[in-house]
Amino acid sequence: MSEKKTLFLPKHNVGGALTGSRPDLSVRPSRSEQPLPTVDQSVTLAGMTMKNPVVVASGTFGFGREYNQFYDLGELGGICAKGLTLHPREGNPAPRIAETPMGILNSVGLQNPGVDAFIAHELPFLRQFDTRVIANISGNTPEEYGIMCQKLSQAGVDMIEVNISCPNVKAGGMAYGTRPELAAEVTEVAKAHAGAVPVMVKLSPNVTDITVIAKAVAEAGADALSLINTIRGMRIDVNTRRPILKMNTGGLSGPAVLPVAVRMVWEVSQAVDLPILGMGGVAKGEDAAQLMLAGASAVAVGTALFADPYAPLKVRDGLTQLAARQGLSQVSQLTGGVLPWN
Amino acid sequence: MKVERKCKIISKEWLNPDAVFLVLEVGDMVRTSFRAPGQFVHIKCGDGLLLRRPISVCSCMEDKPDDLLSIIFEVRGEGTEWLANRPVGHSVDVLGLAGNGFSMKPEGRYLLVGGGIGVPPMMGCAQYSGGKSTAIVGFRSKDKAILLPQLEDSCAKVLIATDDGSLGYHGFVDALVRQELAEDSHYDAVLACGPKLMLRNVAKAAEEFGVPCQVSMEERMGCGVGACLVCACDMADGSRKHVCKDGPVFDSKEVDWDV
Repeated sequence: MSEKKTLFLPKHNVGGALTGSRPDLSVRPSRSEQPLPTVDQSVTLAGMTMKNPVVVASGTFGFGREYNQFYDLGELGGICAKGLTLHPREGNPAPRIAETPMGILNSVGLQNPGVDAFIAHELPFLRQFDTRVIANISGNTPEEYGIMCQKLSQAGVDMIEVNISCPNVKAGGMAYGTRPELAAEVTEVAKAHAGAVPVMVKLSPNVTDITVIAKAVAEAGADALSLINTIRGMRIDVNTRRPILKMNTGGLSGPAVLPVAVRMVWEVSQAVDLPILGMGGVAKGEDAAQLMLAGASAVAVGTALFADPYAPLKVRDGLTQLAARQGLSQVSQLTGGVLPWN
Repeated sequence: MKVERKCKIISKEWLNPDAVFLVLEVGDMVRTSFRAPGQFVHIKCGDGLLLRRPISVCSCMEDKPDDLLSIIFEVRGEGTEWLANRPVGHSVDVLGLAGNGFSMKPEGRYLLVGGGIGVPPMMGCAQYSGGKSTAIVGFRSKDKAILLPQLEDSCAKVLIATDDGSLGYHGFVDALVRQELAEDSHYDAVLACGPKLMLRNVAKAAEEFGVPCQVSMEERMGCGVGACLVCACDMADGSRKHVCKDGPVFDSKEVDWDV
């Protein structure tokens, strides 16, 4: 062990002017180093225009306050706010997270302050920024979805994402997302109460054929689809023989799920004629481009935020550079551009 | 205002076969985000792991051009092993300073209680209170003991306990906390960091003597900034707070110790 001088007291600097230039060690993406090419980044999702196609995924970004410490939220195409329920929820007991090969499992269980608190305290904050605000809702009954849609459309959000696919709650949640008739019923009720605000339904990957649910939701009047939610998974500590998560199972996200997301976006884009917000493991521009080529109009970044708060901006810039290298004038020209083998 | 930046390792030392001591140059991180001892840094440990590792700050200081910060951590898995193997001169991606520290004043006098790898943040508390505090530290055995000479230098008194009796008192720190508070209960507060069972017992002892107690809690963490809500800590009032944003330090009476 070395001398005391290697341990440090908080103290105020007592002089010593900063001399010479130092290397920039900031992790923030630097515009000056990599000038962005002139590619139009704007996209449209169910009539909602966005300055760029990169949204942050619900549940990974809270209500934006924390990441606003790192950058202006106006740099994002949109923000899917933390999932709301009609009444406040405390969520599940911890541990709620487990690291897995190129992924994470979570079992948060929709902890949130309730839709009224969101409208009163969080929405005015989010509205300060030049970005699209997408509220995400979960209900125990179709009626609850209806009440929340009414409140949120009156409060003024840009879009409502109807979550019928949360794997971490007992009532409602994923049950609505795995049965086509229930998914359709929730969609109809949401549409009937959302007024002019577009309704996007978030689909579960935990089904045999995701196109069956997508078609049911489309016929029920959904304006857009978002996919995929997390895939149910489990991790066990081999020494204690206990699952890491207190709920035993949770939802898998991160790069491990990207190929599943790309496949499902591709299948759904062929099955229905609705715009798609693609998500699942996006960590760089190329990942976003894959989802767009598969059929997505825009993409969401989620788990990548935990390693890198700047991930959404890096995805945005990487996507723009990729489009420029391919000689595109608009990022939106990537959408649906996959050339499948016959 | 938290920052994320590449921070150079300028000193590294193995304190025992499991514990590593690192000093980092952290830019203006201390100047911009230091609140109190007991905060943590969230460190990216290689490219293959998606989650950062939260590590308590041992001590830190403002300096120019770079603030300095020290951490001590135990190698417990893939991530901490990667970090332990970084050589001096290499940089690591650090997000900080995160969380709220202990609610304390430089003029205060505290009973600092640390267990195992929970001892390092007590070093920062000892320095912050200017040598007036008392430290009670516990380890599994003598060969796991860390920071003893430094605590001796920074505290009015240091008491040691080991689980196997190989150094100091044979037993747990809560017995020493009771013994100390029975002699002298005029501490401004008991501040503790260590395993949850230890914290629970220390909180109970502090309560018996009517001394306020703050505890630093640990939980599996995601974003580290309060957005993802995974690091839930059950509160006595039935609510769930979050270790990264509301903590890691809580008033011991806020915490639900029965879960």
